[in-house]
Amino acid sequence: MLAARDLSVRFGGVAAVDRVSLSVEAGSIVALIGPNGAGKTTLFALLSGFLRPETGSVAFRDRDITGMAPHAICKLGMTRTFQIVQPFAAQTVRANIAVGAHLHHRGRSAALAAAESVAHRVGLANELDQLAANLTIAGRKRLELARALATEPQLILLDEVLAGLNPQEVSEMVPVVRAIRDGGVTVLMIEHVMQAVMSLADEVHVLANGRLIAHGTPAQVTSDPAVIEAYLGRGAAAKLAAAGSVAHA
Amino acid sequence: MTVKRDLAIGALLACGVALLPFTVQSGAVLNAVILTLFAALLGQAWNVLAGFGGQFSFGHAVFFGTGAYASAVLQIRFGVNAWAALALAVVAGAAVGAIIGVLTFRYQLRGSYFALVTLAFAEVFRILANTFPFTGAGVGMMLPLSKAAALQFPSRTGYLYLVLALVGIGFAVHLWLSHSRYGAWLAAVRDNEQSAAALGVDVFRVKLRAIVISAALMASGGVFYLQYLHYIDPGIAYGPTISVEALLGPIVGGLGTVFGPLLGAVALHALSESTRNLLGDTPGVSLALYGVVLILMVRYMPQGLAGLLARRKR
Repeated sequence: MLAARDLSVRFGGVAAVDRVSLSVEAGSIVALIGPNGAGKTTLFALLSGFLRPETGSVAFRDRDITGMAPHAICKLGMTRTFQIVQPFAAQTVRANIAVGAHLHHRGRSAALAAAESVAHRVGLANELDQLAANLTIAGRKRLELARALATEPQLILLDEVLAGLNPQEVSEMVPVVRAIRDGGVTVLMIEHVMQAVMSLADEVHVLANGRLIAHGTPAQVTSDPAVIEAYLGRGAAAKLAAAGSVAHA
Repeated sequence: MTVKRDLAIGALLACGVALLPFTVQSGAVLNAVILTLFAALLGQAWNVLAGFGGQFSFGHAVFFGTGAYASAVLQIRFGVNAWAALALAVVAGAAVGAIIGVLTFRYQLRGSYFALVTLAFAEVFRILANTFPFTGAGVGMMLPLSKAAALQFPSRTGYLYLVLALVGIGFAVHLWLSHSRYGAWLAAVRDNEQSAAALGVDVFRVKLRAIVISAALMASGGVFYLQYLHYIDPGIAYGPTISVEALLGPIVGGLGTVFGPLLGAVALHALSESTRNLLGDTPGVSLALYGVVLILMVRYMPQGLAGLLARRKR
């Protein structure tokens, strides 16, 4: 579905993303994790056309999309959400979602109807006539998701849709994400909430300092010494292992 | 649906205005109505780009002046029929809009930068019109009165219908913007360009289309001015007064609303007429008053009069 090869971009002297290659299989949920500042959101921007890579290429459904504009990529079937939610605050939830629906629905009433059915899918049916500005954080995250879904994508990039939610809200949101995949949309998600990553992801890529340092199933990745060190610091894996063996003894 | 309701209200208002010449004989009253509609037309033009699209222009006179001058030059220098000149002048205004749009939106000028660049364009055009003999330089251009010429009318009634028709077109554009895919995209671009792009909206093209439509409407206002008052000079055509007139109405009436420019034009003209009796004709008094109204509206009623009406209804 998606294949990135050798992507790099530098901001000043800092290599924000450094020769990253990754692929996403159709029908899967792939998670991208990594410590703060690892370059996850920058990588999303490179994949979705918001930033142009200095080296490397992105292919979506076997088509080279490197350097294409975000709106053109969206038309091909890949869209993204934003970590810091970006609603059209002065408009109603219905109108917000309809903007996405208009990609494939020319008529206003068709787009509004499509918006309504998407709202049901993500649990926003009761907020359709509210202004986006009046939604709670959980509501705004759902709205972000709904708008993206309304463009009828084949691949959706979710940038921390669970961040800022309380445990109750997280557990309500997890099935929504799973239902998106079950509805035929491939998901690539940046996520910090590990419990969600463990239960949702088929595959996990770990990014640290702009480089991919590990890749595998959630269980493989979380026991990888390189990953533990990236999160907890140098030598942490050895200390944990030592502590573990002491505890077992 | 709200489309039908808005359309019905618009049609009713238009009928009311169209019947005025049969009931009112006073030239002064008809003149006031014509000038109010003229202000509403300029407001509609500005509202398309700023109210619906969020791109605040301080130099809409550049389109107004281009329309007026294009029509004047075509009629006076080339003997073109006034109707044809109207069409060509609107095209000329739209073309200037497209050029300014490409230059500013390609380089992603927003907010005050966009406002300043439009202001600068209007100034440059004013200086150019002031320089070339072709446009009459500082003397301006006089449209000769002629009974045979098209778009010249023996009484005010003809001009009233002309400006009413133009406002009707502006109103139709407003209805279309508030109930169409393009309108939804334009509002999305106004509220958040990044989100819009992620949802498949071509931000550059959407903005470009808005400035072209806005410029075309504004140019038709310029042509109307020329036909009604028969005279144009660089200060009138490209000066800041017209730019301010265009933005004041929609801000007072309600940005990005279908009836905002109409409400604003009526309210401001009613205000200036009623205070003229109080304060006399001292130059600058009405401008100072407009300034105060503008500050009060932005501070206490950012939704404008249309917002006030909408809130009352809920």
